[in-house]
Amino acid sequence: MATATVQPVERTNYINAKYGPWSWLTTTDHKRIALLYLLSVTFFFFIGGFFALLIRLELLTPQGDLVQADTYNKLFTMHGMVMVFFFLIPVVPAVLGNFLVPIMIGAKDLAFPRINLLSWYLYIIAGLLITHCMLTGGVDTGWTFYTPFSTAFTNTKIIEAGLAAFVAGFSSIFTGLNFIVTIHRMRAPGMTWSRLPLFIWAHYATSIIQILGTPVVAITIILVAAERLFHLGIFDPKLGGDPLLFQHLFWFYSHPAVYIMILPSMGIISEIIACFSRKRIFGYNFVALSSIAIAVLGFLVWAHHMFVAGISLYAALIFSFLTYFVGVPSAIKVFNWTATLYKGSIRYDAPMLYAFGFLGLFTIGGLTGLFLASLGINVHVTDTYFVVAHFHYIMVGGVLMAYLGGIHFWWPKISGRMYPEGWARLSALVVFIGFNLTFFPQFILGYVGMPRRYYQYPPEFQVLNILSTAGSTVLGIGYLLPMTYLLWSMRYGKPAPDNPWNAAGLEWKISSPPTTFNFEEEPVVTWEAYNYEEIDAPHKEEDPSPGS
Amino acid sequence: MAGQTVNTHEAHNPALLHHFATEEQQRNSASLGMWIFLATEVMFFGGLFCAYLIYRLKYFGEFAAASQQLDWKLGGTNTIVLICSSLTVVLAVWAVQRGKRALLLGSLVLTIILGFCFLGIKGVEYAEKFEKHHVPGASFQFENVPVPGHPGLMANPYHAQIYFSLYFVMTGLHALHMIIGIGFFVWLLYAAWRGRFTPEYNTPLEMGGLYWHFVDIVWIYLFPLLYLIDLRK
Amino acid sequence: MLENLPLWPDQASTAAGNVDALYIFLLLVSGVMTALIFAAIIYFAARYRQRHGVQATQIEGSTPLELTWSVVPFIVFMVIFLWGAVIYFKSRTPPRDSTEVYVVAKQWMWKLEHAEGQREINELHVPLNRDVKLIMTSQDVIHSFYVPAFRMKQDVVPGRYTVAWFRATKPGTYHLFCAEYCGTQHSGMIGSIVVQDQAAYEAWMSGGSTGPLSATGEKIFAELGCSTCHRSDTQGRGPNLIGIFGKPVLLEDGRTVTADENYVRESILDPGAKVVNGFKPVMPTFQGLVSEEQLNALIAYVKSLSGPAATKGTATPVSAPDKAKAATGSRVE
Repeated sequence: MATATVQPVERTNYINAKYGPWSWLTTTDHKRIALLYLLSVTFFFFIGGFFALLIRLELLTPQGDLVQADTYNKLFTMHGMVMVFFFLIPVVPAVLGNFLVPIMIGAKDLAFPRINLLSWYLYIIAGLLITHCMLTGGVDTGWTFYTPFSTAFTNTKIIEAGLAAFVAGFSSIFTGLNFIVTIHRMRAPGMTWSRLPLFIWAHYATSIIQILGTPVVAITIILVAAERLFHLGIFDPKLGGDPLLFQHLFWFYSHPAVYIMILPSMGIISEIIACFSRKRIFGYNFVALSSIAIAVLGFLVWAHHMFVAGISLYAALIFSFLTYFVGVPSAIKVFNWTATLYKGSIRYDAPMLYAFGFLGLFTIGGLTGLFLASLGINVHVTDTYFVVAHFHYIMVGGVLMAYLGGIHFWWPKISGRMYPEGWARLSALVVFIGFNLTFFPQFILGYVGMPRRYYQYPPEFQVLNILSTAGSTVLGIGYLLPMTYLLWSMRYGKPAPDNPWNAAGLEWKISSPPTTFNFEEEPVVTWEAYNYEEIDAPHKEEDPSPGS
Repeated sequence: MAGQTVNTHEAHNPALLHHFATEEQQRNSASLGMWIFLATEVMFFGGLFCAYLIYRLKYFGEFAAASQQLDWKLGGTNTIVLICSSLTVVLAVWAVQRGKRALLLGSLVLTIILGFCFLGIKGVEYAEKFEKHHVPGASFQFENVPVPGHPGLMANPYHAQIYFSLYFVMTGLHALHMIIGIGFFVWLLYAAWRGRFTPEYNTPLEMGGLYWHFVDIVWIYLFPLLYLIDLRK
Repeated sequence: MLENLPLWPDQASTAAGNVDALYIFLLLVSGVMTALIFAAIIYFAARYRQRHGVQATQIEGSTPLELTWSVVPFIVFMVIFLWGAVIYFKSRTPPRDSTEVYVVAKQWMWKLEHAEGQREINELHVPLNRDVKLIMTSQDVIHSFYVPAFRMKQDVVPGRYTVAWFRATKPGTYHLFCAEYCGTQHSGMIGSIVVQDQAAYEAWMSGGSTGPLSATGEKIFAELGCSTCHRSDTQGRGPNLIGIFGKPVLLEDGRTVTADENYVRESILDPGAKVVNGFKPVMPTFQGLVSEEQLNALIAYVKSLSGPAATKGTATPVSAPDKAKAATGSRVE
């Protein structure tokens, strides 16, 4: 462990192995592809965030005075599309997952490196499509594309936006396919399923959803496009079709898609909490299997988005009932993370602060999910700001907190530099405060009845909206900070040792940054996951680490 | 899928990619990857089958009436063509495993020919739909077609249009898969002719075969669902 | 300032109190859960922060503990589920004898028509302490009828009727929002619900009517020639419609459906879909020939043929009046 602290001048690593843009654009190295993804998802995050800021500014006053109604509708649609399809879904799997999945299981690369590169190119093609769509007018249906508005009424660029989502979907499918095969077939000798880091379990569960859910939304998009072009009538009640069929097909993917976003983040949190409590995760088996349980149960609850849409009473009862089953594995995770802290040896480095922030926001987001799953409450709060607040707590509070925590945690490994700890702690705090200030008032706003997707609203809702807008500026600063100092650290940061956190896991046994093929020789795993007892044992201090 | 075909890294076995430890690992990975891809495809068509079933239950009469407008003989011929092509694919895989080059090339050529046969027959059927104005859209016509088994009841053209919409989307996507499959097999033929496949290394051929069988199986479901709803005249 | 910072919506319907009670229960439950989790995290984080020379104690896990924190929350969840389901069940089943209002939504306005004939736009007058049933459809895209003060929301879907109901308990004017995004002026699709006590409501009702909706429907029924086949005896080419509303109808293919608003609607727009047993499928479609308002009037007329008792007798076809039974005996089982 201690041997790695002295850095030779410039070791060969995956970043400096080759030079020039062409070497990046044709790379099949999973770590380089992860960096390509890092750049592109960050770009789309700030595009989506810019839209969000405009939305919040417009809602400062009850009248619509900053932008026109049409523009506002396009803003929230593009915000949703960009954030969901181009940021939240790829962000953790395609950046951190891509970088870490092969290393964590002791492989030299993903099973299909070229399909991995292809998936990035698909993402870029989809990104260009959506950018072109935004620049030439955008879409005004909301990211949900509800029919018959999207098929027979709006005259905005549905087909182009749908195509972008379609292509981005295949990018996501290929990532999931690659992960599943890699996790099944490429594990190093001794890396049994019960020794896998929980990050890997989470990605495995995510990949299942990606490969089984995404094609359904793909076919739905094809039907919407065909309906728009040829007036087929499949979703048009005037032609004998059923608009609710669209909602069923759409949510069959888009509900599990929420778990595509949150599951990998849960994997990050398990890694961080274990490392900074110096403990094996409490109830490893339960945390691992709860990921799979969420992935499976997530497919059975889609119609809870449709309780007031006109589905039958009995369907609503069944879907509400099943929804509570998804609550259980999520609760198990939170309880186990909390229990892991018990009798730990806890450090408050920035990643851990982000993990604490995640626990706070995810708990609130998860518990408000109970409100929405309850039929009686759902009727009142669905399609209001209550829903907006709920899913932002999960998808932004949860996912972004975990993602930032993960980026900080693995930044030494990715970039070979340390980030500035003080700034990082500050930004964790700013994000947490800004987030709550932005979204907590929206719960109240929703319960008092402000519907979502309103660009003007009755004046009594103004104060809460001002609070929310004020919070969003704080949040914006909180997100800009890490980008700034992480960029700064790439040049000026302290060179990182191989294992700055003294953490368990194969990724910390190789150099920072890793070489192109990760491992000098195939590792043989002889220890359990999160073996912090052995790592911290005083008598072993002088020994070389078990793997190297 | 395509990942294991070209290679520049290892000298001793040209087919083994650098990040795999053994050939077996590489072969197993490719095969698992293909199966997962097929699972994705099942869900892709699954959404369509789901839409089909919902409307078929809702508008059974119209679906039966519209189904009778299809020529089940052409559909049946196509079914036989595809089953034969599956046989030739199996022969190709069998041949390569035993190093029978002539049989391999012959089977691949036959597969491609049968694939084109299928598309040709499909084209004839599509042309007929155009002539009879059964293509959904502005020119769609389905007036005064009786619902089988319900004397005097005429099919609602809108509902028949939904049938034909699903017919075109489902068979169209299936045909697109056939075209991709034929493209893949042309490449396989080229590679086989260059002698790239050996009894030890033939993973692309196996993968191509899996894909081809999957596309066949989709048709095996499409044929009765679309052509054989109600043949009572 | 405070009137601009509402923390709780008005409670102005019978449902509002029930929903709020469950909401408060949920606030308590989740408040306690949040407090417990946060307290544990903060306590552990402070108590077990890293100290020199002190090692973490490795704990593998505990199956009894895992079961406890799976099962106990699940039991709480089931309480929430059942409570919510009961409220939902009530909110989805309109009481009999409700005052009926037909709602037609379009981009971007609400058209409201009382069974008594009054028409309103973006404003609905309703009586205090009376059940009001809304029979809603849309002319174009999906909208959603949302009255926060009543804790009531129902999507309004084109091509079918959805039904909602409420019983206002407090006079006043309340917001009516469209809650399902419906296009450019979605946020402008706001109306108001005016709840009036009996006297004021009757005063309001006394003006502005062109006669009851069913009378309008009767006129349309005659104009479209429906009455030539749907005669009030058993000789017509179509079923006799007297007493049929709300009753089960035996279809030609052996199925039985209830003659509710959606069935009557379908029978007008797509007559071949569910032909009544014993009749030939000879009726032409009226798709595109009647507007949503005319359809509502026709349905109100068909309802009126069954008298006020018909809406009551939905589940008891046996006790139908003899007259109606005799008239429809050949096809109503």
